[in-house]
Amino acid sequence: MNIITRRNALMLGAGAAVLGATGAQAQIRTQAAAATAPRLPIETGATLRILRPVKFVQPDEDVWRAGAARFSAQTGVQVRIDFVGWEDINQQTAVTANTGAGPDLIVGFGDAPHIYADKLVELSDVAEYLGRKYGGWMNVAQKYGKRHGTNNWIGLPFGGTAGPLVWRKSAVREAGYQAPPSDLAGFLAMAKKLKSIGKPSGFALGNAVGDGNGTANWLLWSHGASLLDEEGKVSINSPATLRSLEYLKELYPSFIPGTIAWGDISNNRAYAANECWVTANGVSLYFSLKNDPATAPIAADTEHSEMPRGSAASWPSAPLTLNAMVFKHSKYPNAAKAFLQFMLEAEQYEPWLDANLGYWAHPLNAYKASAVWTSDPKVAIFRDSMNNTFWNGYKGPISEATGQANAEYVTVQMYAAVASGQSTPQEAAREAERRARRIFRR
Amino acid sequence: MSATTAPAWVRARRDPSWIVKLFDWKPFLVFACLLPAVGLLTVFLTYPLGLGIWLAFTDTTIGRTGVWVGLENFEYLLEDRLWWAAVFYSVFYTGIATFGKFALGLWLALLLNNHLPFKSLLRAIILLPWIVPTVLSAIAFWWIYDPQFSIISYVAIKTGLTSENIDFINTPWHARFSLIAANIWRGIPFVAISLLAGLQTISPSLYEAALLDGSTAWQRFRYITFPMLLPILAIVMTFSIIFTFTDFQLVYAITRGGPVNSTHLLATLAFQRGIAGGQLGEGAAIAVSMIPFLVVATLFSYFALARRKWQQGEGND
Repeated sequence: MNIITRRNALMLGAGAAVLGATGAQAQIRTQAAAATAPRLPIETGATLRILRPVKFVQPDEDVWRAGAARFSAQTGVQVRIDFVGWEDINQQTAVTANTGAGPDLIVGFGDAPHIYADKLVELSDVAEYLGRKYGGWMNVAQKYGKRHGTNNWIGLPFGGTAGPLVWRKSAVREAGYQAPPSDLAGFLAMAKKLKSIGKPSGFALGNAVGDGNGTANWLLWSHGASLLDEEGKVSINSPATLRSLEYLKELYPSFIPGTIAWGDISNNRAYAANECWVTANGVSLYFSLKNDPATAPIAADTEHSEMPRGSAASWPSAPLTLNAMVFKHSKYPNAAKAFLQFMLEAEQYEPWLDANLGYWAHPLNAYKASAVWTSDPKVAIFRDSMNNTFWNGYKGPISEATGQANAEYVTVQMYAAVASGQSTPQEAAREAERRARRIFRR
Repeated sequence: MSATTAPAWVRARRDPSWIVKLFDWKPFLVFACLLPAVGLLTVFLTYPLGLGIWLAFTDTTIGRTGVWVGLENFEYLLEDRLWWAAVFYSVFYTGIATFGKFALGLWLALLLNNHLPFKSLLRAIILLPWIVPTVLSAIAFWWIYDPQFSIISYVAIKTGLTSENIDFINTPWHARFSLIAANIWRGIPFVAISLLAGLQTISPSLYEAALLDGSTAWQRFRYITFPMLLPILAIVMTFSIIFTFTDFQLVYAITRGGPVNSTHLLATLAFQRGIAGGQLGEGAAIAVSMIPFLVVATLFSYFALARRKWQQGEGND
């Protein structure tokens, strides 16, 4: 076979990894503490229907199905799993919640359990047991799992993925640095140097749900600004936001031209074509470079590190989170809870985590010992994705409106308007406030 | 043998059954024949349209039924800068693109109306941009306008015309005109082929008579071709305006309304708010706000271009 596409190469790499994963299955590295599992008498004749997003890599689905098959074998509960496209899962969750019919449980995205909290079975017993057994839940997992302001769990996070700084070692060295500075002023200086040596950085400022919001969130949070305050009131029009806008105004000229028109895929392409040398992205960029022989040298020259923190206490990035929920309309809530608990136990969870190669990071502390985090030093940084203290809609409660603000690019467009010179920072912040007020009016 | 005077056998005329009578009754027959069409229109046209208009007066979101909020959505739109920007760009986009399509389309139609070798083949090729599914041509233009990997930038740099990538969609006015260019490219064939059909219905004897009178080419165009073409021009323009004003795919695939919302059309803004943002009510209100513009555009085409006495079979002046 002389035609190797990137996709094929990814499959090959994934295939090799699943062999590795199944080989490693014999030994579980995670240290579990003693804990008593909650009593969940499974209803007689129980069957389960489950929805979850489609895989990144094939072993994700294979290992997940294998885990579910073991659950069926041990409990006699028939499990049917449907894999749904990423764009569709939110809509299907909405329909399930509002019609009270359909799947018993859904592994959806972060905010879903908070939107449909009244329609969900509380999962505190399972969550607390797992927390005790596996070293406690990590920050983002707690935020997405518990109902706002309470200790009641309505979601069980299964994993998250954050977008760190992705940079070319050679370019950063050429600009006179060992690694990108972690302070904002230093980072700005490096970006200017990179531009002057013709190896510019680039961060998406276009209508890109993942990358555009990633850039905006980093700028906001590293300057101590936020869309909402703790009560959920709009707090975007603040001096901290204005500082972040001024910062971008200085930083933007050092970007590669075109970032205001960038979609989610644009930075990957520019990076793979040696046109952009520093950007922010999930682990997928690294793997697509590594698995394609034509771009493997770029992967070898690539490093990941945290985005500059600025005044933030942790890496200012909101991981995309998988969050499982059980619906009240399910006739077999105990079976559903038992299933989630089973899948998060080390025997099932660790092989699954390994099979995902680092695309998903664990929500429970003890899983940091998993083999995947030492399999490639360049994915090690993703291990702590869920330890951030940021989420979409920070610092407010997670709600339907936080998802809408994200989907309508309220903060992204605020930054893009200033970067392009269309608005002054003050105007842009006021406009963002006006739009946010509308979205958060209920 | 003599003819008997057997009474002629007359077939008893049976009374028609009620069902035959029913179908012989004209009003019922008309009703019955219209029923399938009315049913289809109701289910697939009237109901969705009515639902859309109803949604515009509610605060429905995806997955949650809303309550009646009256004109609240529209009141918000009137003070929403993004909606006004979308109205501006929709009108601008439609205006410039329609003008471009008709200027170039008419020119192309006049060229094709001459006797050329491989005439049929040429006409088929001209139609290509229109036959290709819009999504495909939109994706092609997305690549053509890519900030980093544009083929036009590549050629321009290789030939030394410029040293940097051309900015197609990174600044508002560039993006606006790039999208209009893509729309014109796609719309020309429809106009050209329709007008060509119109041109071919013009009787050659008119041109012959004009030639005998010593007319110039411009006079022949101005006093024969153009007036004879007006009726079809009106119809084609109405369609073209409607298609352009409600365009969605080109803008959504190439810029998603960016940079910073400068290229949102009402259709893309409605989608962005209604589906991506989840506010079905507000999205429906934006969609409904397109109706007055479309009605005005349609009336303009009809009254300004098509209302000629001779077209309606009455005497000419």
